[in-house]
Amino acid sequence: MGDFKLSRRRFIKKMAKGASVKIEHLAPLPAEALAKAGALNSEALAKEGALPAEALANASALTTEFTLQGGLDPYQGPWTKAEAAHLLRRTTFGLKQAHLEQMLALGNAAAAVDAVLNVPATPPPPPVNNYDNPAAPYFDPNVPSGQTWVNAAYDVEAEGYRIESWRGWWLNRMIEGEANIQEKMTLFWHNHFATKTEAIFSGKTVYNHNKMLRAHALGNFKAFVKAVTLDPLMLYFLNGYLNNVASPDENYSRELQELFTVGKESANTYSEDDVVVAARILTGWTLNPQTLETIFVQQLHDVGIKVFSPFYNNTILQGSNNGEADLDALLNMIFQKDEVSLFICREIYRFFVYYKIDADVETNVIEPLAQVFRDNNYEIAPVMRALLLSEHFFDAVNKGCQIKTPLDLTVGVLRNYNLSLPSPTLYDQYFIRLSINFFCGGLQMLPGDPPNVAGWPAYRQSPNFYRVWISNDTIRNRNILTDVMAFQGVDVGTEKLIINHIAFAAQFSDPSDPNALIDDMLALLYPMPISVLKKTFLKSILLSGQFSDHYWTDAWNAYINNPGDPMAYQTVLFRLASLHKYVMNLAEYQLI
Amino acid sequence: MTALRDMYNDGLVSVVQNVGYPNQDYSHFRSTDIWMSGADSDQYLETGWAGRYLQSQHPLYPDGYPNPDNPDPLAIQIGPVVSLALMGTTVPVGMGIADPTAFYQFVNDIPEPAPNTPYGQELEFIRLVTQQAQVYYDTVKNAAENGQNLGQYPAQNRLAEQLRIVAQLISGGLKTPIYIVELGGFDTHSEQVDGTFGNAEGAHAYLLKMVSDAIGAFQNDLKLLGVDDRVAGMTFSEFGRTIGSNASIGTDHGAAAPLFVFGKEVIPGIIGDNPVIPSTPLVSYDVDMQHDFRSIYASALKDWFGIANPESILGQTFPILPIFKAGQSGTQVIHKPDVMDVGNYPNPFHGATTFTFTSEGGYVVISLLDMGGRVLQTVAEGSYPSGTHRVTYNRSDLRPGNYFYQVKVNGSTVTKMLVVI
Repeated sequence: MGDFKLSRRRFIKKMAKGASVKIEHLAPLPAEALAKAGALNSEALAKEGALPAEALANASALTTEFTLQGGLDPYQGPWTKAEAAHLLRRTTFGLKQAHLEQMLALGNAAAAVDAVLNVPATPPPPPVNNYDNPAAPYFDPNVPSGQTWVNAAYDVEAEGYRIESWRGWWLNRMIEGEANIQEKMTLFWHNHFATKTEAIFSGKTVYNHNKMLRAHALGNFKAFVKAVTLDPLMLYFLNGYLNNVASPDENYSRELQELFTVGKESANTYSEDDVVVAARILTGWTLNPQTLETIFVQQLHDVGIKVFSPFYNNTILQGSNNGEADLDALLNMIFQKDEVSLFICREIYRFFVYYKIDADVETNVIEPLAQVFRDNNYEIAPVMRALLLSEHFFDAVNKGCQIKTPLDLTVGVLRNYNLSLPSPTLYDQYFIRLSINFFCGGLQMLPGDPPNVAGWPAYRQSPNFYRVWISNDTIRNRNILTDVMAFQGVDVGTEKLIINHIAFAAQFSDPSDPNALIDDMLALLYPMPISVLKKTFLKSILLSGQFSDHYWTDAWNAYINNPGDPMAYQTVLFRLASLHKYVMNLAEYQLI
Repeated sequence: MTALRDMYNDGLVSVVQNVGYPNQDYSHFRSTDIWMSGADSDQYLETGWAGRYLQSQHPLYPDGYPNPDNPDPLAIQIGPVVSLALMGTTVPVGMGIADPTAFYQFVNDIPEPAPNTPYGQELEFIRLVTQQAQVYYDTVKNAAENGQNLGQYPAQNRLAEQLRIVAQLISGGLKTPIYIVELGGFDTHSEQVDGTFGNAEGAHAYLLKMVSDAIGAFQNDLKLLGVDDRVAGMTFSEFGRTIGSNASIGTDHGAAAPLFVFGKEVIPGIIGDNPVIPSTPLVSYDVDMQHDFRSIYASALKDWFGIANPESILGQTFPILPIFKAGQSGTQVIHKPDVMDVGNYPNPFHGATTFTFTSEGGYVVISLLDMGGRVLQTVAEGSYPSGTHRVTYNRSDLRPGNYFYQVKVNGSTVTKMLVVI
């Protein structure tokens, strides 16, 4: 393994160098652009005396206290933009106008939830060699450019590129995902069964692991746990491949119980001895050093009797020569515990609804949801359907209360504005995906590499939870990202990744009416309505400080009537860009 | 760890042995939270120990901060995120700074109240971080620009780079009382040592060298900057490691580990006993905990931060250890460990030997262990009053060889070797 490691360090260093060049590229905006945008500030407006009295009154009306409604009963209320948008914000990586209209057209919550849970059965086409770089130069000797590498033999020089190719492939799946839960569900399980790419320096292994997560994402949880237990990446990451009868390694056994199934959230839980005993059952599964595929070596397997604690009803498992049967027996024992369903339902809740689980939520949502899980023999889809369709999920109190993860924000900007990543050449494609992934890493979320086996702290670290995403440092970088997307853009080879402000506005019902435009835009970009006061200010950006709507209407119509006129184009573009920058700089944009 | 050794020889290091907490929870995440919050093993605290200290000094924070009396961040963690240790009553009492010279102009928001809902609460939180970031950025950037480093720092050392920033900010006049830096990678379940070059090489040795080099460079810089009498440092990790090697030439999570406190104002020396390590330990053999980690927190709070009653921050009373010079001049009682002066005579023995120990009183368990750390027999168990005690042990059937015995009083344990002939 020594060679792997050295080479990996070298690779990371190389990549870090490349990435830092690119991240500097995402530097703050030119000072003038910022100054211009910032000049439109609230004090200036307030001085003009433009704030109507009723707007101020409305602002304070926002302090109404909400009370929690409903449990798992299906939501029967009206099916409006607000509900459709909420469902998509929580199940995809950023709301698109087309998806919003699609959901709205389904007419009711049940149809929309079914649509969201209807994920394509066929796996997506695998990642390809897009890392051959004519300039570096690097060429994968075993995989032609544009062909998939996932079946290629292990190649220490290529694996680092393949891993980044895979990571970029996954990122792009999130960016291009349709209006269904597939990508978010995959990330949920990645966070739950957390692994790191650097554990095993093999692109094929991380790709296959991800494929396995996708295959089980809405399937049977017990079969899922078994697949994860025998997955090569997991076997490597938590040292299962070294766990043997002579020298048991308790690493996977502990996490199997603490993080993957029963949890450790209550005092009544497995014992330290259970960790040791379960580790013995898991012995014998190791990796073929050539293929890095999972194999069972009977001589390494502990066939002795295993006795568990009272938590597992003092279960005695007689070991055998059949490692798979022994594993099944262990999982059967673990899945006897209701703690499994409760623990997983809490995890799902924290990921898709909110991080606070008080006694009411535990009683009215978690417990019945866990019952659904058990009644359906640990099938995941019925649990997701029950939760997403519930009164509780659509309750006003649960809207807009998630802080966007770095992926929600980064991928979300692109999706909100209907952007795809340009790829004038395959290597450009590789590089822009890599740059965005590393930028996300700077915001503390690199897909494929959560900080440790517990996943990202935002889903477990009480009392802060989602708030760990937001520090003075990350909030600044979040702002820089959206500023760059609004104004400067990022060069991708011969093309540029930048918001198309005019196309974005043009997709709405009546972009010439500044009130309708702002309403439509905010329904997409903000999770909750904002005060009239704030809306008035946003409109003033479009009106450049004038007070009559027709200034914008005239400007928009001048452009529509003569799109080739650079002056008309610039007039509309700068106002929209300033508005979008401002909208994305406010705290509201950080919430879903 | 030559740099730290040199500091030790110069009287700048206090080593506290076998630090942990009773009923070790071997989970990383839980154990990290326990160390950060200062909780008992079965207690869930949502605030950090340093956060509670700072909040006690600044009860209104974050309302009205920064202000003319407190212009500087109350705590800084080098890096983009802030750990649980700094969590106050409602928000972290500190900020993460990855690059003190970076700057950004946030837009002005329309000041208006947020609704009293989960949405509104998250909104307020983000607004607050944004506003404070703007104000504190100016301060930190000024300090970074006014500050400097006079010493050399080792290259390729993630910890040294963080400590360099801390020294720069201190020299730039920032009056922030607490800084946190972090170095990961110690969870060496595999490849802890280099199988080829022996146990003094490999991942663990490399990490400890990084720690040592970084602290050495930092202390030297502080001295050159003339601020070394105002800075003390403390290391901690969520747990130690087991002693025996597993099949992956690594080790698993252990109950206790040494902890270093350094600076010009510490009392140099070693507090606590050397753990006795079997010559052929079992994989699961664990060093016993002797000092509760909160004893070190309590000592720092009392003798460094000058808090008269550390129990108000920690929720319980913990023995104050003789770590800081400031503690010596006061009237405080130097804590006696729960058990000391452990011995047996004769040793080696055949037939019978007599164990002796001195304690402040409490529940005592004396056990005999084999070289793998397995308990063979309980020699004595029961409540003993304060004082020196003798327990005679008669076992002529013991096979000749090396054994351990452990004397456990309350939470403290001393392990020693005995030889049967």
